[in-house]
Amino acid sequence: MKAHDETMMLRTPFHSRVAEACEINQWDDWKGYTTPRAYTEVEQEYFAVRSSTGVFDLSPMTKYRITGADAERYLNRVMTRDVSKLKPGRVGYTIWCNDAGQVMDDGTLFHFGAGDYRLCSYTRVMDWLQWSSLGLDVSIEDETADVAALAVQGPTSCAVLKAMGFIGIEELKPFGLTHHAFENTELMISRTGFTGDLGYELWIEPGKAELLWDRLFTAGANLGIHPIGNDALEMLRIEAGFLQAGVDFVPAEETVREGRSRSPFELGLGWLVDLDKGLFNGRRALIEEQRNGSRYGFVFLDVQGNKPAQHSFILKGKREIGSVTSAAWCPTAKSNIAFAQVESQYGRPGEELIAEIYYQRELIWTRLLAKCRVIERPVFSSPKRRQTPAPDF
Amino acid sequence: MSKRYDAIVIGAGHNGLTNAAYLAKAGLDVLIVEKNSYIGGATVSRELHTDWLYSNCSYVCSLLRPEITRDLELPRHGLQVVPYGGSVSFCSNGDYFGDYPDHGRQYREIARHSIRDANAYERYTADVMKQTRLIRPFLMRTPPDPTSLKPRDLKEMKVLMDAFAELGEEGLADTLRFWTKSIGDYLDEYFETDVIKAHLAGSGIIGTALGVYSPGTAYVLLHHYMGDVDGTVGAWGFARGGMGAVAAALASSLQSFGGEIRIDAEVDQIIVRGGKVAGVALSNGDEINADIVVSNLDPKRTFLKIMEEKDLPADVVRKAKNFKIRGSSGKLNIALDGLPSFNGIPKNSPLMHTDMHVLDSLQRMERAYDDWKNGSFSSDPYVDMLIPSQVDPTMAPPGKHMMTVFVQYAPPRVHGEEWTDADRDAFGKTVIDQIANYSPDFKDLILHCEVRTPREIENEIGLTEGNIFMGELTFDQLLFNRPFPGYAQYRGPVRGMYMCGSGTHPGGGVMTAPGANAAREILRDLKRTNLVPEAYPDD
Repeated sequence: MKAHDETMMLRTPFHSRVAEACEINQWDDWKGYTTPRAYTEVEQEYFAVRSSTGVFDLSPMTKYRITGADAERYLNRVMTRDVSKLKPGRVGYTIWCNDAGQVMDDGTLFHFGAGDYRLCSYTRVMDWLQWSSLGLDVSIEDETADVAALAVQGPTSCAVLKAMGFIGIEELKPFGLTHHAFENTELMISRTGFTGDLGYELWIEPGKAELLWDRLFTAGANLGIHPIGNDALEMLRIEAGFLQAGVDFVPAEETVREGRSRSPFELGLGWLVDLDKGLFNGRRALIEEQRNGSRYGFVFLDVQGNKPAQHSFILKGKREIGSVTSAAWCPTAKSNIAFAQVESQYGRPGEELIAEIYYQRELIWTRLLAKCRVIERPVFSSPKRRQTPAPDF
Repeated sequence: MSKRYDAIVIGAGHNGLTNAAYLAKAGLDVLIVEKNSYIGGATVSRELHTDWLYSNCSYVCSLLRPEITRDLELPRHGLQVVPYGGSVSFCSNGDYFGDYPDHGRQYREIARHSIRDANAYERYTADVMKQTRLIRPFLMRTPPDPTSLKPRDLKEMKVLMDAFAELGEEGLADTLRFWTKSIGDYLDEYFETDVIKAHLAGSGIIGTALGVYSPGTAYVLLHHYMGDVDGTVGAWGFARGGMGAVAAALASSLQSFGGEIRIDAEVDQIIVRGGKVAGVALSNGDEINADIVVSNLDPKRTFLKIMEEKDLPADVVRKAKNFKIRGSSGKLNIALDGLPSFNGIPKNSPLMHTDMHVLDSLQRMERAYDDWKNGSFSSDPYVDMLIPSQVDPTMAPPGKHMMTVFVQYAPPRVHGEEWTDADRDAFGKTVIDQIANYSPDFKDLILHCEVRTPREIENEIGLTEGNIFMGELTFDQLLFNRPFPGYAQYRGPVRGMYMCGSGTHPGGGVMTAPGANAAREILRDLKRTNLVPEAYPDD
């Protein structure tokens, strides 16, 4: 391959299968990879996850392998939560901040064994990880292209994996990880996901990716398996209350305008911050913020009516106090949900606010002042997500 | 006795034309005088080889203020700016670094050299963008006099202070560091790959008699980033028909307001009588009278050549003598029999349409500067070359091409002696050999080549030492210190005398801002309504 060609959009290890399944031929750019917006129809894909099983190719997810004698100590310097509490064989949701205590990204941290971790993130963060490693015995490698990954999500996802022959997979606890033999290689399965449902993520070397896809879809043929694209995932994650970097906050080191980044507290992620664990990036600023108060609050809103409050201003009475970052009609919860950032004195659970919604029908714009109520938690959370052994449907 | 004008502008470069256009638009009887037989100054296109049009001096367009382009209706007067994106640096090992305009592709290309650098680039762009956002609102404003207690100066000083305050504590520290440090040191804070640093450092030294590790060069980079084409900050474009199209459109706009242009009219002297200007004396002996004389010449030429020392306060003479305007660059304009090929990239690559460079490390760039300090042109020169004929059919016949090659460094004098024709030819050969190192068929395609050293640039355009910015863009000569303290508001030391060239705020680069800002001050002194537009706000 010539250097010139290396700059073209990349294809994931599943691309041959994805392209074949992508009946409507509608594509997105996800971190430089060609990924499908949808395969057949967004609603159908969404409901596959909520009712049976949806499969999402998450290979473009940025992945770093972090190893070395000081790996745990290093990760404790970078992450806001106490990484020493993350046992081998477990996965943790985590965030990390810059020195000003502003969130750079969120992600998942996989603990494979002593001094061996994988960090999955939305943003590419190699530069920051390297800076933070100064003085520590740790190696950081970008393994994005070296690991193929599929999310297998939905009520029948465990049944699909059992049908593939992964004995005992139903015993895997939420946020647990396990290894299985697959075609002379090792397949890692973690009980993780971005949909709020029962679900797993499968991690394998790229050379075995197509085979994995084929086996999975054969096993799931009678269990309602369906590939899902980016648009369906977007609905799923809003319903489940998951934040998205670059959408619900701007990665701190990429902001240009003063004051546009957010702290963990301002994103409702204070529960991921452990100020007592010792030194970590941003700790001093976060302690100060806890003392002096935050500028913003992050809220889930249940919005009256059925018009998604996308890009809406949030008002208290007539005063503008914030704006919406993500919004969608949630087909399972049958509610109209918005994530919003509001001035910190607002947003107590139960508080009534107003979303200023603009929508257009046949070139006529309508302005809607929709009442909304601050709710404490996301509208969708399946009990199956936490059940062990995992149910079959 | 010849006709008397309300105002005479000396020098029909882009700033002189802009200034004259606004004065004419305000109803003044304006004459612009030009020593050459063609207008444009350094904003010029000339046919020196039959059927080829060269942008002889300036060659690309970004800083040209969109407010002025629109207000003076330059598109209606024939100006079309075609944006081009990206750039490329060729390496001595046959590889290259392509700075693609598509963000995703750019990431992948940087990652091809270093994943860490690809990631660091996000932080770098955010940090540079912070600096451009600070400076951009001041391009169309007259710098305040920090020592003055006049309400207007106090108000403008507050605007300046508020802009700094908005950066926050960390932003303020970063800004002071940015304005005073070297581009090499700045890039070392972000990147590890030599060619990427060298590639980005080019903007810090172009037109500047400083090396990549000289303090002050980080700001020069900003000067190349703060322009925009169609709202894309940092983008550059080609003026269709070469840079002369900018001057032609400005001239047409000026004439539509009744302004007059006189070519082959070199000013010998600005006439001062009774402490006020009275007009200009041309070298052919003609005298033209006006109460207002605006000089679009650089500060040295203005105060040391066409004004009498006895007419000036001593501090102005001294400051003009000390003004830093050093020759550092040369230019080759080349007619090509076809499109040359470059190592590593296909001929249909979008990188072929962009600015191309050849030095692949900061060390080589610093060595190139060492040659300048030693009084010679660089033996391993930095070039900024483009082939605009790929997108502009007016520059060369079909299938043929015009190549513009900006070269750094070329000293104002060679080992202390005047440039000779032999020096010039040796300089030209060095540059052509350099390009041929990266383009195997380049030499065979050359049909004609115009070589311009600081000598040619000074003699033809009148830029002292051939300095393209009419004075170094270093912190000591910016804002209220440009061209020098006490004279940054476009008013000269003699009543009725003004300055409108790139030697004034905000500097060179075919911006038209100095010309427009000066017009605003003149109209203010005449108690006329201001016609110069305000800058578009950044979001």
